[in-house]
Amino acid sequence: MSKPKPFAFNFDTLSLHAGQQPDPQFGARAAPIYLTTSFVFKDADQAASLFNMERAGHVYSRISNPTNAVLEERIAALEGGAGAIAVASGQAAMHLAVCTLMGAGGHIVASRALYGGSHNLLEYTLPRFGVETTFVDPRDIDAWRAAIRPNTRLLFGETLGNPGLDVLDIPRVAEIAHAAGLPLMVDSTFTTPYLMRPFDLGADLLFHSATKFLGGHGVAIGGLLVDGGTFDWEKSGKFPTLTEPYAGFHGMDFAEESTVAAFLLRARREGLRDFGACMSPMTAFQLLQGMETLPLRMQRHIDNTRRIVAHLAAHPAVESVSYPELESHPDHALAKQLLPKGCGSVFSFVLKGGTSGGKLAGRKFIETLRVFSHLANVGDAKSLVIHPASTTHFRMSDEALRAAGIHEGTVRLSIGLEDANDLIEDLNSGLRAAQKA
Amino acid sequence: MELTVDQKKTYAYTGGRPFNPELPTVVFIHGAQCDHSVWGLQSRYFAHHGFSVLAVDLPGHGRSEGPLLPTVERMADWLMQLLDAAGVDDAALVGHSMGSLISLEAASRRPERVARIALIGTAVPMPVSEALLDAAKNDEAKAEAMINVWSHGARGAIGGGTVPGLWLAGAGIRLMERAAPGVLFNDLNACNAYARGPEAAAQVQCPALLLLGSRDQMTSPRGAQKFAGSLKDSSIVTIEGSGHALMAEYPDAVLDALREFIQR
Ligand SMILES: Cc1ncc(COP(=O)(O)O)c(C=O)c1O
Repeated sequence: MSKPKPFAFNFDTLSLHAGQQPDPQFGARAAPIYLTTSFVFKDADQAASLFNMERAGHVYSRISNPTNAVLEERIAALEGGAGAIAVASGQAAMHLAVCTLMGAGGHIVASRALYGGSHNLLEYTLPRFGVETTFVDPRDIDAWRAAIRPNTRLLFGETLGNPGLDVLDIPRVAEIAHAAGLPLMVDSTFTTPYLMRPFDLGADLLFHSATKFLGGHGVAIGGLLVDGGTFDWEKSGKFPTLTEPYAGFHGMDFAEESTVAAFLLRARREGLRDFGACMSPMTAFQLLQGMETLPLRMQRHIDNTRRIVAHLAAHPAVESVSYPELESHPDHALAKQLLPKGCGSVFSFVLKGGTSGGKLAGRKFIETLRVFSHLANVGDAKSLVIHPASTTHFRMSDEALRAAGIHEGTVRLSIGLEDANDLIEDLNSGLRAAQKA
Repeated sequence: MELTVDQKKTYAYTGGRPFNPELPTVVFIHGAQCDHSVWGLQSRYFAHHGFSVLAVDLPGHGRSEGPLLPTVERMADWLMQLLDAAGVDDAALVGHSMGSLISLEAASRRPERVARIALIGTAVPMPVSEALLDAAKNDEAKAEAMINVWSHGARGAIGGGTVPGLWLAGAGIRLMERAAPGVLFNDLNACNAYARGPEAAAQVQCPALLLLGSRDQMTSPRGAQKFAGSLKDSSIVTIEGSGHALMAEYPDAVLDALREFIQR
């Protein structure tokens, strides 16, 4: 699998530089924040040319913006894709992808181990617009194949599933997708391109909730949709939005227009234009600040996580730890193959005695912590904790919780960049309190 | 638009407007391992400014049926057949890399049918290194990676291009990966073997523009500058900073130079 490198520069260099040339007017080294809604045309001919895609450039910041463009190129470079589109949130990225590929009558096969928001969109909201989803156990490879229907247009899963960190077998699921003339899209939020580059493994599209590790500072919500440029829409014949003239944009047949970037063209020229879930240039700037240090931060996230996983796994007050680098995890072997650099920094563990009647222990644990922040997010620079049974999954019965792989004593951690000794000490104090509960 | 050339299904992009043979015609000819989509912006501009456009897919490339044509001379003859099929008497030819050799050869063979030639990212002769030819024959992925790295200046290698959200180095390698096995070696071999440069130059009657990238590592601007002197009527425009993928890295500068030359 050692493919020759088709790019001049390596990952860490691209994290800092990709997508930006020093500002030609003033020489600014940092990416300038172009906080402007619109851009002045040079003359009438240039104006018409921009509208008609005879020249490239920016017209109106809902469609494109120079600061956003730096961010878009940067994530595309880090992922080894053809290009990207920055949108208002991770949710908006997923919505834009689905709406670009299909309309009413479309069908998606998705892993059932998904972030709750993605699950809501697929299970409850999209059916209202005529798009149905069949959920499958991501580990059941045959189930993916069996769920494909004539109207299926997309296979979708998370690189690391929620909440059990199911490792998506991208090479095999991609093979199933491609055999059916369909693309595979993955949500790469938990892994970032530092830990895994899904296009190298066979995925065709991916998105990030840039809100998480890419930003890394927890100050901005954003989404990035990336096209690998690998999927042949024309050959598949199942995507009229990309291979037939679109009356809404100069009668353009996007695949004819651009052999490798048809999806991106339609997503921008229709999806951003009409649905309008654009990213603020200020947000793009903030996310860029984070991405410059992505490799450094991710390594620290992983180093800290490995220490804490080892500590918890050996702790007498802990029943079990679910992390794919542990032999006890069902995807241990697959993780070694696909995620050799680490399996992210979000994981769950179960407090001893927590498989039944552990709600109180969980609460006590969380309330005792001083460094970990109790909140509903992941991938921050700061360490985070949540007790699903008393928060996100509060309304669920015990049986329903168990079906979702959650026990009353399950605690989810997102390990940050603090000194690992402080984190361990903090966890120890929580564990002592939980034992007394 | 689909045409039948030499009984083969042949595709040419017409720039987003229906093709009209009554208008002056500009034919865009892509380079090795590429297709019509390298001309997206420029071809649309001409099609919307009083010209008819044919951005061709050479035989065995993109949407055009094979077989591949093994020599630049054969490709030049094919191009004239394509003009016949489209009902075009004469046209301006705009060629990139291998396409520039095809344009040159066509202008020398059929001066009455070629009004102008714009040779972009060109060098005559166009020797291809032994290492690259060998890789193209035995390990296409390796050859594509070499070409992709050598084809870009800073805009391609680092980014900051003009098309929002497009990562040029990524899009570039993906376009090459789309080509069928064997295309790359065929094309590079044709470039390498083309020896008629000096003879062809002497036969060219029309004005020629050489549009060069100052950082082109595939076809060095020096080779092109030397060659320009052997053409009757030539001018050189050098795009500062551009690598070999000029249309992608500096689409506006390429367009402006072409406009100046073709509308002159
Ligand atoms: C895995 C995953 N995907 C998508 C999202 C949605 O992203 P956003 O909150 O930026 O809309 C989240 C947010 O928590 C997430 O964790």
